[in-house]
Amino acid sequence: MTAKIKNTKAAKPVAKKAAVKGTRVIKVDELSRVEGEGALTVRVKDGEIQEIKFRIFEPPRFFEAFLRGRSYAEAPDITARICGICPVAYLMGAEQAMEQALGIRITKPIRDLRRILYCGEWIESHVLHAAMLHAPDFLGLDDILQLAAKNREVVEKALKLKKLGNDILEVIGGGRAIHPVNTRVGGFYKIPDKKALKALIDPLKWGIEASVEITKLFGTFDFPDYEYDYHSVSLHNPDEYAIVEGRIVSNRGIDIPVGEFFDHFYEEHVEHSNALHGRTVKDKKPYLVGPNARYNNNYKQLTKLAKSVAKDVGLGPVCNNPYQSILVRMIETLYACEEALRLIQDYEEPDRPFIEAEVKASEGAGCTEAPRGICVHRYKIDNRGLILYANIVPPTAQNCPQIERDLLGVVRENLGMDDESLKLRCEQTIRNYDPCISCSAHFLKLTMIRE
Amino acid sequence: MTSAKRKIAKKSPPPVKKAARFRPKIAVWKFSSCDGCQLSLLDCEEELLDVVGAIEIGYFLEATRAVIAGPYDVSLVEGSVTTPHDIERLKKIRAQSKIVVAIGACATSGGIQALKNFADVEEYTRAVYAHPEYIHTLKTSTPVADHIQVDFELRGCPINKWQLVEVINALINGRAPNVPHYSQCVECKRAGTVCVMVSRGIPCLGPVTHAGCGNLCPASDRGCYGCFGPMETPNTESLSKQLSKVGMDRRSIRDFYRSYNANAEAFRKAGEG
Repeated sequence: MTAKIKNTKAAKPVAKKAAVKGTRVIKVDELSRVEGEGALTVRVKDGEIQEIKFRIFEPPRFFEAFLRGRSYAEAPDITARICGICPVAYLMGAEQAMEQALGIRITKPIRDLRRILYCGEWIESHVLHAAMLHAPDFLGLDDILQLAAKNREVVEKALKLKKLGNDILEVIGGGRAIHPVNTRVGGFYKIPDKKALKALIDPLKWGIEASVEITKLFGTFDFPDYEYDYHSVSLHNPDEYAIVEGRIVSNRGIDIPVGEFFDHFYEEHVEHSNALHGRTVKDKKPYLVGPNARYNNNYKQLTKLAKSVAKDVGLGPVCNNPYQSILVRMIETLYACEEALRLIQDYEEPDRPFIEAEVKASEGAGCTEAPRGICVHRYKIDNRGLILYANIVPPTAQNCPQIERDLLGVVRENLGMDDESLKLRCEQTIRNYDPCISCSAHFLKLTMIRE
Repeated sequence: MTSAKRKIAKKSPPPVKKAARFRPKIAVWKFSSCDGCQLSLLDCEEELLDVVGAIEIGYFLEATRAVIAGPYDVSLVEGSVTTPHDIERLKKIRAQSKIVVAIGACATSGGIQALKNFADVEEYTRAVYAHPEYIHTLKTSTPVADHIQVDFELRGCPINKWQLVEVINALINGRAPNVPHYSQCVECKRAGTVCVMVSRGIPCLGPVTHAGCGNLCPASDRGCYGCFGPMETPNTESLSKQLSKVGMDRRSIRDFYRSYNANAEAFRKAGEG
């Protein structure tokens, strides 16, 4: 594959004078190539930024309210409906929380199956975003169809790679990739067919090659020159690149069990958004979750191949250029292919599909690395197993303040651009986060401010 | 209740046009939803380039920033109506679309968020928001057909992507979509799946649920949980007795009906018991 695709629309600088005087308003009323409904307003007066608002107008769906009174066993399937792109993050976060509440310890084979399933979701979601939604920004194109007209081979390869992720989800998830039906508190309803799993070995070997090629192609893009000293927050697991479980850690010294998340992070309800905005308790500042945060915190645990490809495309052990998140997503896709392959090659069937326990009044928390970052669940249940309280913190809500902070920095550095170019750059900046607006707005909960 | 005035065309949707190389202009619209149903279109990985070769995408925000102005030959509508603004948007969509297809449980019944129809929405808002005054939402979540005429409804939470391809294909070729209305039970029988309720006493909504998912849950050793909503003329009374026999209490039976299609008339009534 050769890098035949070049950006056709380079940003045009405008005369300096025009950029400095008068009021400019950049508006994107309907943000495209993101999941859900969002909008952006930037107001600049006499060269000074007056206002930046990343608005989420996706209407609220009240999940945490209507979960009250439902059985603990229903939480995974119900919360999966928060997001059609990353249902596994919700299934597993809820399952983990309920397992902690009931004292269920899952077996290694069940744990491995969950990790393989999650690799499928990372592949599917990352390739959807990187190739279909984000890459067009770097090429000055409107969508992947225009890209297909220029280079059909690369688009077909990306679609096939995305399908590989969905195939994993279908084999383990009971036949469908969106809202899989086979997972439950304690494990799975049915042990997935071993033959069907083994049949994924060759496609995964192909997937590793394809991920390397696509990563290298994306490595030829021109990345806007912008960096920020992020507070990266992610899971960390001493034994592996964390996906399904671990402690919550940050590059500024946070290292806590999942259940203490709410002591260190809070969400505030701002008027311009139906998503709550996440901040740190300590200094009330934005923080970053998602691929770059994971990469920054857990780089050492990537495979040799993933590290070497990262180096080939110009990434060091830390990536603080948000536009290069497209590369990090592809490196994680490569890692997920390698990891799923390893786990499937070593796979031994569990002796039973799920572990059960007596229902009791209790509470529990769960957290996994959704493709867009940590997704935290906390529930309280009564002695009949009915939910008394539910609290779910999706990754995009946590990233909202950081998205606004990035926009501020990017607009400040690019005031010389004409409106159309600046608008595109702002859209691209938001898309760096692969924002899942459906998720973030569907989470509506009490704001906890700890003074 | 609102569903009494559901406006669904009795006949099959009219053919778009029969000409051989005609590419219908399609728009995809989103209301309150998880995005999963429109994602089904992008999940047609192997067929995607062929499908988009056969149609013209006029408006599909999740996939492209390019917009071609209406009118549209076909509008696919995902999501349920939860704000006053939604109703205005729907009317505009209807006015510029020859055919409107509602896709998924949200658009055809109100979705999981219709659970608020059974509750006090002001209390919900106070429970989850620090500033309830910032929130503008209707008291109910309702299907598209409660507000505008819908030409075809495709069921599922999420929809089955093969059924979506079938509907698009049928519309392009001017024939009725081949989407069966029988129950999930028929799918099990045809697939040779042993009945989980009869053989193992696992509660199952299969006898009253619309077919279409592809026989997923019973084949995974669990009971159907009703993603595709009620079939035509379901006998929920009889099923409720059976659910009680296999050990479900009244509350569990009510909640079983009240999930992704809680506001669909047959399930709503069954849930009220």
